[in-house]
Amino acid sequence: METTLSAPVIFFAAIFTNNILLANFLGMCSFLAISRELKSAVGLGLAVTFVMTCTTAINFLVYHHLLVPFGLVHFRYIVFIIVIAAFVQLVEMVIDRYSPALYVVLGVFLPLITVNCAILGVCLFMIIRHYNFIQSVAYGFGGGLGWLLAITALAGIREKIRKAPIPKALEGPGISLIVAGLMALSFMAFSGMIQIG
Amino acid sequence: MVQLALGLLSISALAAFLALLLEAAHAVLADYGECRISINEGEKELTVQGGGKLLGTLMDQGIFIPSACGGRGSCGLCKVQVLDGGGPILPTETPYMDEKEIAEQVRLSCQVRVRNDLLIRIPEEFFLIKEYTAVVAGLRPLTHNIKEVHLKLVDPPEITFKPGQFIQFQVPEYPGCPEPVYRAYSIASPAVLRTEIKLVITRVEHGLATTYIHTLLKEGDTVRINGPYGDFYLRHSEREMILIGTGSGLAPLMSILHQMADEKIDRRATLYFGVRAKADLFYQEEIQTLAERIPGLTYVPVLSDPAREDAWEGETGYVTDAVARRVADASDMEAYLCGNPLMINAAVDILKSKGLPEDRIFYDKFA
Repeated sequence: METTLSAPVIFFAAIFTNNILLANFLGMCSFLAISRELKSAVGLGLAVTFVMTCTTAINFLVYHHLLVPFGLVHFRYIVFIIVIAAFVQLVEMVIDRYSPALYVVLGVFLPLITVNCAILGVCLFMIIRHYNFIQSVAYGFGGGLGWLLAITALAGIREKIRKAPIPKALEGPGISLIVAGLMALSFMAFSGMIQIG
Repeated sequence: MVQLALGLLSISALAAFLALLLEAAHAVLADYGECRISINEGEKELTVQGGGKLLGTLMDQGIFIPSACGGRGSCGLCKVQVLDGGGPILPTETPYMDEKEIAEQVRLSCQVRVRNDLLIRIPEEFFLIKEYTAVVAGLRPLTHNIKEVHLKLVDPPEITFKPGQFIQFQVPEYPGCPEPVYRAYSIASPAVLRTEIKLVITRVEHGLATTYIHTLLKEGDTVRINGPYGDFYLRHSEREMILIGTGSGLAPLMSILHQMADEKIDRRATLYFGVRAKADLFYQEEIQTLAERIPGLTYVPVLSDPAREDAWEGETGYVTDAVARRVADASDMEAYLCGNPLMINAAVDILKSKGLPEDRIFYDKFA
C-alpha cells in the first residue's frame, strides 16, 4: 500500500510536523552533547543531514533490490546498520582529508553518527510507511534538515542562556532538557498542518 | 537450505562490497605519499611518508620537539612555526596560543598532520635534542626525600646543553605504571662535563616517575633520556643576578653557577635557597666550593620552618620574604627563578615591585 503524499509534502513534514528529534525523540545523545556551540552544532547537523539523505537512498535500493527479491527482509536491521557504518566511515575519511578543522570539532561524534538512532529510524520509517524512492530521499533529506534545524536552535538558545541566572541544580544538561522539551512543545504547533506518521 | 545459503551469500557479498569500497577509499584518501619537510629555510630537508602527525614524523627523523604529554595535545609544549602547508589552525590548538603566536603561524606539532610539503621553522637548539641511553652511575640521597641521580651517557656518549636546561627521563613500564611515561628534570651538573649528567629528584607521593626512581632504580640500570630542552639559561650581560630556588629547583641554578665558575663569569650574584628546615638543605659543600670560585657570589639559605635543634640564625620565612628584605632596588638586575609555581608567582610580583622589568625575570616552573 503506497502512501499518496507527495514528496514535497513529506519533505516539509519531516522538517516541521514530524521532526525526527522533537516529535520522535531520536538522536538525542549528540543533540545534547554537541549543542554547546553553534558552529560545531551546524557542522554535525550538516554531517547528519548528508549521511541521512545518502543512507536512506542506499538503504532503499538495498532493501527493495536485494532484501525483498531474495526474501531477506528479516536481515534489514543488520544490513541497514552495516550500510550506515560503511558510509559514515567513508564520510569520516573525506572530512579528515579535506576539512581537518571540522574533523577535530566533530571528534568522536562523527563515528557516533553510525549509531545515531535518528538515521536508522529514518530508514525504518521509510519501510514502514511504504515510501517510494523519491519519497524516501525526500524524507531522508527533510529528516536531516529537521535534525539540523533542531540542534541549531538548541545551540543558539544555549549560547544565549550561558550568562542567564540558571538555578545551580539545572545547569548544563538539566536546562538543555527543559529547553528541548519546550522546543518540542512549540513544534507540536505545526502538527495540525499535516500528519505523515 | 538454498534460502539460507542465498541469504548468507547476499549479505556477505554486500559486506564484501562495502569493505572493498572502504579499502579503495582508504588507499585514495589516506595516502599522502611522500612529503618534503623543509626546516629553517632549507637548512634541513626531509623526505617523509605523509599521513602522520608532525611531532611523531620529526621524531622518527631524529628531531625532537619538546613535549610532555606524549602528543595528546594537553601540554602545549610542542610548538613549531608552520609557514606553509599546515592548513588552518585547529580548535584543539587555539587554547595554547596567543594572538602573536597565531599571527606567526605557530602550531602544536602533535596536532598538525603531514598532508603535503611543509615549510617549518624550529629553534636552532632543537637540532641538538637527541635521545640518549645512559647508565645509572650513582644514586645518592641528598635529603630524606630528594635523591641525586648520576647518569653516564652511553649512546650517544656526549651531550651539549646550556646550563639551566632540562631533559626528559623515560620511566619504563613497571607494576603500577602500564605504559612508559616521560618526566622532565633539570640538569644540575656542569655543562663542561659532557659525558655525564646529574639530576635532582624529589619524591612525590604516588608519583609514577619519582616512585620508580626512588624505589626501583638501581645503580648499573640502563635508562633512556632525551633532551636538552628549555629556554631557562644564563643570559649574557653584566647585570647583577638574583638566583632563587626552592627544593629541587636548586638543580638548574647549580648548573648555572658551575658555568659561571668554569667560564670565570665575574658578575655579582646572590643565591637564595629556600627549604623548610636545616635537614632539607643540600649541596652545601658544593655551594661553598662554588662561592670560593665565584668572587661575587653571596649565598643566602632561607628556612621557612626551622626545627628547634637547628639553632638557625640565618634568614627565616618564605624565600620571597628574604628577597623582599634584602633587595632594595632591583631595577638593574636579572633574576633566575626555579621551583614551585606559587613561589615563582610570588617572587615575580616582589621583583616587579622592586623595579625589575618582567623581561629580565627568567623562570622554570616545576609543576
